[in-house]
Amino acid sequence: MSTISNLFSNTTARRGIGALIGFVIIWHIGAMIDDWTGYDLLGIGLVPPPADVFAAFLGVIPKAGYWMSWVSSFSRVVTGFLVAMIIGIPFGLMLAVNRYFRGIFFPPFEILRPIPPLAWVPASLIFWPTNEMSIAFVTFLGAFFTIVINVLGGARSIDISYLRAAQSMGATQFDLFWKIVLPGTLPSIFTGAAVGMGITWEVVLAAEMISGGGTQGGGGLGFFIWNSYMGGSLEQIVVGMISIGIAGYLCSSAIRKIGYYFMPWRRLF
Amino acid sequence: MNPNKTATKTSESKNAKKLESARVEMKGVSKSYGEDWDAEEVIKNISVDFPAGELTVIVGPSGCGKSTLVNLLAGFEKPDTGQVTIDGEIVTGPAKDRMVVFQETALIPWQTTLENVTFGPKMRGDKQGASLNKEAEELLIKVGLGEFMHKYPIQLSGGMQRRAELARALINEPTVMIMDEPFRGLDAMSRSLMQEFFLQLFEENQKTNIFVTSEIDEAIFLADNLVILSNKPTTVQTVIKIDLPRPRNYKMLTSAKAFKYRKQAMELLHGEAMKSFAVSK
Repeated sequence: MSTISNLFSNTTARRGIGALIGFVIIWHIGAMIDDWTGYDLLGIGLVPPPADVFAAFLGVIPKAGYWMSWVSSFSRVVTGFLVAMIIGIPFGLMLAVNRYFRGIFFPPFEILRPIPPLAWVPASLIFWPTNEMSIAFVTFLGAFFTIVINVLGGARSIDISYLRAAQSMGATQFDLFWKIVLPGTLPSIFTGAAVGMGITWEVVLAAEMISGGGTQGGGGLGFFIWNSYMGGSLEQIVVGMISIGIAGYLCSSAIRKIGYYFMPWRRLF
Repeated sequence: MNPNKTATKTSESKNAKKLESARVEMKGVSKSYGEDWDAEEVIKNISVDFPAGELTVIVGPSGCGKSTLVNLLAGFEKPDTGQVTIDGEIVTGPAKDRMVVFQETALIPWQTTLENVTFGPKMRGDKQGASLNKEAEELLIKVGLGEFMHKYPIQLSGGMQRRAELARALINEPTVMIMDEPFRGLDAMSRSLMQEFFLQLFEENQKTNIFVTSEIDEAIFLADNLVILSNKPTTVQTVIKIDLPRPRNYKMLTSAKAFKYRKQAMELLHGEAMKSFAVSK
């Protein structure tokens, strides 16, 4: 109870809640305008009104299948994203600090990077033994290139005077890496993570729609939307869309929180 | 490592003094940038002596290669010809005996003021733990940052950042301090306060100081020796011995002597500045 009253006393939270209410009102007007005036509002004329979507939401909440979709999409996103971080951060740092490594790996990286992750879907469906693995692979690709490019750019743009100052005070190459290069790259790592996380959600949804989400019913939110489309339930499509919005929001706020924790000096601006 | 090292090494008694401050020499130093066919000579055959325990100020028109000179003295870059020596030993790279305070702040943003100050000794492992922290705290109190030890650099004002940098340099007990336009970008008030503060530090420690600036008044106020540079390619025009008493204060800048130095320096620099102005047009 006290948390809720706190929410309303906080100006930022009040503004956010106000904006959400305003959005729902506009949505409602857009959806109802055909009934009221006989004219469609171009673009959103066929969107179901918020009350119907809310009802559909209440309808799916008790269903295990809906939550299974959450779980499977989430686990795909998290897996692809974490693998991309684990491989991408050291890879990007190596590209930044080692001339030979950059000479060897940067050209192929730059050729593979412009290929949209979705263009990999058919090939990876053939290449990987299970649907699950091919979806995970494509989500990994979605985040990987963005993370690497951000890490590389961040590490290369560290002010040389920090390196010189540290060097003249007797820091070794090892110290330079751990005390200067790595913390100096952290802001870019988190930028890359936030952007990469967004891309993994885009990719996982599309991959789930294309692959049909496997046979065991664990199709994920992408398949949930697709299924609702096939079943002709407009309300449920919107429920799926909003679910993804919420899921993406949860992921990016988690990344922000972790970023704040690791970069106390960045909290100040 | 190099044969000159033993040959030019000074006597025992002088070595003992080296702990306090050292004599820096540049002999026939030149430096160019770019490929052979397109090389731009920035520094041309500079020979200059920075006496031990004295404050030598380098002034020159803007863009004349003062920062290159600093990089060579600090060992961040190597001269094409000639050498930089410290008490007779040739400089081959950066080391803790020469601390540089940079033009823009080089405090590490992700370390608190205290962490910045203790960084050097910690990296080298020559001072540690509580005694290091105590020493750093005392230094920070001395430079007036006692209450700001646990703040990050971004929370400090420009003048505080410069003082934090001075503390970070001093804890390494350098024999030479190299200041590359350290007070540039500060407002007039903080600048003159910093100059007085810096002079006070110097007059206490009497370390060899090399101070680069483009302000004539600042130069005369601080210097024992004033090295006036020419336009690019940079050479030494004149070295003026500034014979004003220490400890100094701002009133001395209005004395007849200071005025004479000022006039002399102005005439030399003005001619050079006109040249660079004409070139840049």
